[in-house]
Amino acid sequence: MNLPDDISVKDVDVLIIGGGTAGPMAAVAAKEKNPDASVMLLEKANVKRSGAISMGMDGLNNAVVPGHSTPEDYVKEITIANDGVLLQKGVMTYAENSYEMIQKLDNWGVYFQKDETGEYDMKKVHHLGTYVLPMPEGHNIKKILYRRLRRHRVIVENRYQAIRIMKDSEGNACGCISINTRTAEIYVIRAKSVVMCTGAAGRIGLPASGYLYGTYENPSNCGDGHSMAYQVGAELTGLECYQINPLLKDYNGPACAYVTGPLGGYTANSKGDRFIECDYWSGQMMMEFFNELQGGNGPVFLKLDHLAEETIQEIEHVLHTNERPSRGRFHDGRGVDYRTKMVEMHISEIGFCAGHSASGVWTNEKGETTVPGLYGAGDMASIPHSYMLGAFVFGEICGANAAEFAAERDFAELDVDFITAERDRILAPMKRTDGIPPSQFEYKVRRLVNDYLQPPKVTKKMDIGLQRLQAMEEDIQYLYARDAHELLRANEAQHIYDCAKMAAVASMYRTESRWGLYHHYVDYPETNNEDWFCHVQLFKDDSGDMVCKTRPIDPYVVELDDNEKNAYAQMRVQQAG
Amino acid sequence: MPIASQISMVPVVVDDDKCIAEKGCRTCIDVCPLDVLWINEDTGKAHMKYDECWYCMPCETDCPTDAVTVNIPYLLR
Repeated sequence: MNLPDDISVKDVDVLIIGGGTAGPMAAVAAKEKNPDASVMLLEKANVKRSGAISMGMDGLNNAVVPGHSTPEDYVKEITIANDGVLLQKGVMTYAENSYEMIQKLDNWGVYFQKDETGEYDMKKVHHLGTYVLPMPEGHNIKKILYRRLRRHRVIVENRYQAIRIMKDSEGNACGCISINTRTAEIYVIRAKSVVMCTGAAGRIGLPASGYLYGTYENPSNCGDGHSMAYQVGAELTGLECYQINPLLKDYNGPACAYVTGPLGGYTANSKGDRFIECDYWSGQMMMEFFNELQGGNGPVFLKLDHLAEETIQEIEHVLHTNERPSRGRFHDGRGVDYRTKMVEMHISEIGFCAGHSASGVWTNEKGETTVPGLYGAGDMASIPHSYMLGAFVFGEICGANAAEFAAERDFAELDVDFITAERDRILAPMKRTDGIPPSQFEYKVRRLVNDYLQPPKVTKKMDIGLQRLQAMEEDIQYLYARDAHELLRANEAQHIYDCAKMAAVASMYRTESRWGLYHHYVDYPETNNEDWFCHVQLFKDDSGDMVCKTRPIDPYVVELDDNEKNAYAQMRVQQAG
Repeated sequence: MPIASQISMVPVVVDDDKCIAEKGCRTCIDVCPLDVLWINEDTGKAHMKYDECWYCMPCETDCPTDAVTVNIPYLLR
């Protein structure tokens, strides 16, 4: 049986979905592993400027550099910051490959700040160790990655949104169904292995500004991969451990304590006093931030007005030319000058992101999901606190392992019934002549997330939120798109919808509080290590229901000393002011 | 289901005098992560068709003729 003419098919050995940070590295690594393999990088936007680092990055937040820290130190730090719930082997794999990746990027032409002796100029931001390495010229990183893709003859397909992962009769991942975001043509890619690098789910909650795209994360990172993984039967983990970040109010970009901290800037309350011990992001730190915002000492500010002129100029150069360069423009519009005014901060909407917290598609130390042949790297996977460098390290690992997996396999038979049914489902909003615009559907989902699922979490509220979301299932049949672009948004809205339900189901399952603000569950205010020192895995069961189960924590590879375990529990400055 | 169209002030502004889209340039359109820049059928120039902007700036930075300006979206200013 053949596919209908309106569906085109391409065969490649290795398919990488998402061309932001981890994706290009995975594609290059797959080619390095097997230069004869055909490797496709599928991207919803354009790989030249896609993903979380579309405009670059101002530094490495987790560089494990000899002489400054060891992989063991780093594993300990992240274990403590993550309240002990993590796959230590995965973090260790990252830490052991961190320095090699820095050198690789350095060789590729990425500039890292060096001191007067030519050594990497490491800065301390974490509570215990020293892991931050500035990249003052980090705006060129996407160009450098793009050059590598060309050199390795990776097949790049821009403006295709992946919608569903395909599985063969034995349960292996065997490609994906995608759609062109400008022509709405269905494009099936058959592959022998698949790596997902689709970024965080950063469009679940609504930013305080109410602007749908004024999110902390690049809004194209809306949870496509989380939804695809769920729908194909992979496990997700730690979704109740939300990502919530401190940021510049309304602008919603990072305040960048990692940049300003080593130069003397800090997070302050309305009196200008320091109230947290350490600006490294953790649930405990965010809890103190939240308490200060809600209490009489709020709002919270980034304080730089005490710094010397040349220091402020350095900060302006880094913050206004990398990562989020419109930041200077935002300050100018409000007449805010770091020299004279503290800058108002706030907390972000919720999201899923392994880069900053620990929530995402379950992956092990080899980058494998629970579906054979399906790998995950970067913000959408589950190796905690991995940031940009972690995306590169696991991108490389996944690319190499996926190339190896592909070498052992043949192409699967295409499931024509599944593909044509998906085509009809995906294109349905364009067949209608009126209905619910994707923007309204999305706004409603995200507003419900803010109203009912944000911490402090309360059972009764989450119950209502989940019921209201489930009722919206009925609305999907009325989604209406006038063109291919609106259809892209309709598909994204359905992925966001899946993520919102996952946030509710996972949060209600873990009946304790953990990770500070991230899972601050009012009905169960205490951490309960006896019952809940474990992972919570979310998946689709055989009858199609969204369910959870626990997964024991693998034996540690680095044990903690008793006096280290509570290092992140004491975040509040004891005698502020 | 009756529907309505609402107007929206968009953050990205293209200077039609500087824009060279009629010569085939598609730089800003290509680099936009949200795919919100399109050719205006009436003028042949690039414009922001959808108010879905992350104010991330590749369109402005990569424009070969400095025709593009990214403003902060009104709701955030």
